[in-house]
Amino acid sequence: MTAPGPLVRLDRVTCRYGDEAVLVDVDLAVGTGEFVGVVGPSGSGKTTLLRTVLGTVAPATGTMHRHPGLRVSYVPQVETVNWNFPVTVDECVLMARVRGRRLPWPSRAEREEVASVLERLGIAELGSRHIRELSGGQQQRVFLARALLGRPDLLLLDEPTSGVDVRTRHEVLHLLTDLNEAGLAILLTTHDLNGMAAHLPTLVCLNREVIGAGPPRAVLTASVLERTYGARMEVLHHGGMPVVVDQYQDERAKVVELRRRERRAL
Amino acid sequence: MEVLFEPFQFEFFRNGLAVATMAGALCGLIGTYVVLKGMSYIGHGLSHAIFGGFAVSALLGVNFLLGAGLWGFASALMIGGVTRRRAIGSDAAIGVITTASFALGLALIKVFGSAGKSPDAYLFGNVLAVDRGQVVLVVAVSLLAVAVVFFGYRPLLFSTFDPEVADASGVRTARVDALLMLVLAATILATMNVLGVTLVAATLVIPAVVARMLTNSFSRMLVLSSAIGAVSGFTGMVLSYHLDIPSGPMIVLTGSALFAGVFAVSGRRGRGRAGHAEAGFA
Repeated sequence: MTAPGPLVRLDRVTCRYGDEAVLVDVDLAVGTGEFVGVVGPSGSGKTTLLRTVLGTVAPATGTMHRHPGLRVSYVPQVETVNWNFPVTVDECVLMARVRGRRLPWPSRAEREEVASVLERLGIAELGSRHIRELSGGQQQRVFLARALLGRPDLLLLDEPTSGVDVRTRHEVLHLLTDLNEAGLAILLTTHDLNGMAAHLPTLVCLNREVIGAGPPRAVLTASVLERTYGARMEVLHHGGMPVVVDQYQDERAKVVELRRRERRAL
Repeated sequence: MEVLFEPFQFEFFRNGLAVATMAGALCGLIGTYVVLKGMSYIGHGLSHAIFGGFAVSALLGVNFLLGAGLWGFASALMIGGVTRRRAIGSDAAIGVITTASFALGLALIKVFGSAGKSPDAYLFGNVLAVDRGQVVLVVAVSLLAVAVVFFGYRPLLFSTFDPEVADASGVRTARVDALLMLVLAATILATMNVLGVTLVAATLVIPAVVARMLTNSFSRMLVLSSAIGAVSGFTGMVLSYHLDIPSGPMIVLTGSALFAGVFAVSGRRGRGRAGHAEAGFA
């Protein structure tokens, strides 16, 4: 889809679970071919933001505009998947074809589509395997394949590199970059500031409200990060890329020293 | 050998055998969804809730199938509604709603009687209570269940595996769940005569758990679970006659023996699958 305006736009969106506001006055727009990452601490509303865009969480106030006919696919956090559910890779990917054909078994065209998307993601030979029998990277690709089979204009991913090793993280990042270069708009959340967020074209720092938004070099600053995470962080630059250094160790050392002095004074 | 075929000369046995076999297959089919949704306890609970409906329909003099069926379906919807609020887990919701219904049934029968119907038959199953009408009922519910699973295969699978993404993909998960609850209530109602309130839950859970130990594919699990349920129903019914043990317990014991056999031979891998498929066992 090539839309003149944004594919999705949130205007002053506030979302609540009961009395608790999880998102407050959030403005966000994702346009055709954009690649946006959302970072923030646990409980900052990242997943709620994705769910709002997905349409499964309704804003309490504010508005969410989606381009008419927009197709959105969602890749959930791997931690939320029931890996022991009895589904093979083919069965899992085919779930994207839930509408239309009513018969349980796939048509020839559907089988070819599934084979094609698995081939594209480099897991063509895994169709008959159970989803638990795969590596972390392969599991992520299976759910990406399911999302892509829905032919989305906008792809949402919740923590796509959570709990995976460095190599898998690189694979996922390259894969998503390739998809984005092919024209797919992507909105993802991540905890990984250096391995993932710093490599994305656009970042949003979120802690219930948007603290900062823009290219990583502009957003990953000590000031924005401290307001986002409530903790001091140092930002270095290496090869033109921002590198965030967590100062937790320094802070912890200071606290330990302070307590030691307090005990002596007593 | 003649002794083996002796019971087939009796119409009540042929009816009972047909109902037990179909009931086993039906429970195996629906039990697949029940087990994978982590709601094994719902079979136990709903059958008890329907007992409350039995007592109320006897008291009001309305048709048992209609009264108990509506009662069971309403209970299933209430459980679904309470569970969707998430503050209360499905096991707790089932525990509250269905045991309250069961207790109400017991109290009503104690005070007003059961209008000539034996509550024992519904509690423990009674093959002698199976008539042609019962056979027709089980056939009708089986056809309904097969139609729902066949034509609703894709949305049922998606909403069982990943309800949130299914919802976002256009599956009306609340409707799908309600339809499943309707079929489940109908299944329990239709099979209570043979299996009894106290044992219906096991016939929903055991075939599905055995099937899960044997396969990693959802479609194969559905077929295997139905087949295991049918074999348990048929074999249990035949053994019930020869050993002079009520049909319900015998069908469950046959299923349990299959479970033990598969558990023993499937190795750690199979046991792991089943252990993860369902945390609780009603």
